[in-house]
Amino acid sequence: MPKKDGSVVLEVKDLVVSYGAIKALKGISFTVKSGEIVTLIGANGAGKTTTLRTISGLLRAEEGHIFYMGDEITNKQPHKIVQMGITHVPEGRRIFPDLTVRENLEMGAWTLRDKKLKQDKMEAVFELFPRLKERQKQSAGTLSGGEQQMLAVGRALMTEAQLVLLDEPSMGLAPMLVEEIFKVITEINEEGKTILLVEQNAEMALQIADYAYVLEVGNITIEGDAKEVAANPKVKEAYLGA
Amino acid sequence: MGSIFNLQQIINGIQIGSIYALISIGYTLVYGIIQLINFAHGDFYMVGAYAAYFAVMFSAARKEHPNVLIVLLISMTAGAIVAFLSNRIAYRPLRYKPRLSALITAIGVSMFLEYTSSAIPAIGPSYRAFPQSALIPEHTYKIGHAILSNYQIVNMSVAVVLMVVLTYIVQYTRIGMAMRASAQDKDAARLMGIDIEYIIDFTFIIGGALAGAAGLLTGITYPRINPYMGIIPGLKAFIAAVLGGIGSVPGAMLGSYILGFSEVFGMAINSILGEGIAYAILILVLIFLPQGLLGKKTGEKV
Repeated sequence: MPKKDGSVVLEVKDLVVSYGAIKALKGISFTVKSGEIVTLIGANGAGKTTTLRTISGLLRAEEGHIFYMGDEITNKQPHKIVQMGITHVPEGRRIFPDLTVRENLEMGAWTLRDKKLKQDKMEAVFELFPRLKERQKQSAGTLSGGEQQMLAVGRALMTEAQLVLLDEPSMGLAPMLVEEIFKVITEINEEGKTILLVEQNAEMALQIADYAYVLEVGNITIEGDAKEVAANPKVKEAYLGA
Repeated sequence: MGSIFNLQQIINGIQIGSIYALISIGYTLVYGIIQLINFAHGDFYMVGAYAAYFAVMFSAARKEHPNVLIVLLISMTAGAIVAFLSNRIAYRPLRYKPRLSALITAIGVSMFLEYTSSAIPAIGPSYRAFPQSALIPEHTYKIGHAILSNYQIVNMSVAVVLMVVLTYIVQYTRIGMAMRASAQDKDAARLMGIDIEYIIDFTFIIGGALAGAAGLLTGITYPRINPYMGIIPGLKAFIAAVLGGIGSVPGAMLGSYILGFSEVFGMAINSILGEGIAYAILILVLIFLPQGLLGKKTGEKV
């Protein structure tokens, strides 16, 4: 898979999403290009999670369009979207606590029919996260927060997905683990996956991202190369604590 | 006390508990995935009993000896089909609507199945004798003072085999794993690429098939059937599922046997108060263990 060839993997156009009478997204547009890490930063309640959940089909778009590799995926069923090649690591990890670590990974590979491929993927995940290999027979609910996050990421890597949606992977993790998870995200990206990263930890997200969008109460207010966005005085004041 | 806790009571307790278990598994599986208390579930059991009844009568009319396994398959298929259709026609359109609507719909489906069945001339509202001796000739065996009939043996062994198969499916197959995952976190399961509606269909089919089997087994052991026969066992199986911890398959089995034993022993202590005693136990258990015996403590969930 050629990296950063400029081709558009995901295109979101004038997306509007509401919860009852409340508009959570008021017509946002953005694109994610092949091989890049794109981050969507913003405060709590800005609409970041809503954006990801609408892309993966868990929420309905009221207006607007979402295209993946040029095909419209707006309001398709989540399982169809996964089959097309988008995988989503949800906020709060959402691992299956009563399934073993191994079973969680097997669930991640639900769309894969080829046993050999499934086995290879699992080996690759174990290589990335040796802790998961040690604990493969344990119930996922008994893992520590950091291990659960690794499992959630590992589970998403069990697919053939080209685009990985990551929702607050650093949430609730100790600073050392935050560093580790961001390192892993970079590695995954280097191996060829395109990443759309939603984060409250704007500082870390901007460090690893190629491109960034700032979301404020349902609107995208600032966008640009991650370095530029990080240098923007408004962003500095509001999100980087400077 | 020796006269109360004797072998006969234990046999009876296992036997009635087995019937409850087959029904309550369907309750608990469906609840586990879509948090619906499917009040029509007891009626799937009734449908299974009638399917068996017609299968046996049909064979008898052709002067053939019906094969028990085939009749069992027919009951299970009938239960599964009605369960599948109930889900597709009545429950699925309400999937993301308020839960109360689905609950009331379930009561509606239940009454629909009961009244419609009693309106069909071939079924009718009154009791029919289940032709159990045309299916299996009765034998009884004496074990000390206890009497064990081959009907009870068939009843218990079929129930146990079906529970083993069910447990295998849930624990060790790909679709079973998807059922467990969907019960734990439906949205996360959808993000894995699982078509949740397919899993829900499958769950109804499995639950309906087990209830259908219980219908046949009841026909064999208590050979009087009518269109309303599912109401009380259905309610009791639901209670057993709650007692064991709704959503938990081993819980449903355990709750069913506890309820079966409590009823039988309660009746032995006092035939009038008997069932009351069983439900006093239920109330006590739930006061101290609101999540049921093997249920998950919730509350701590974020």
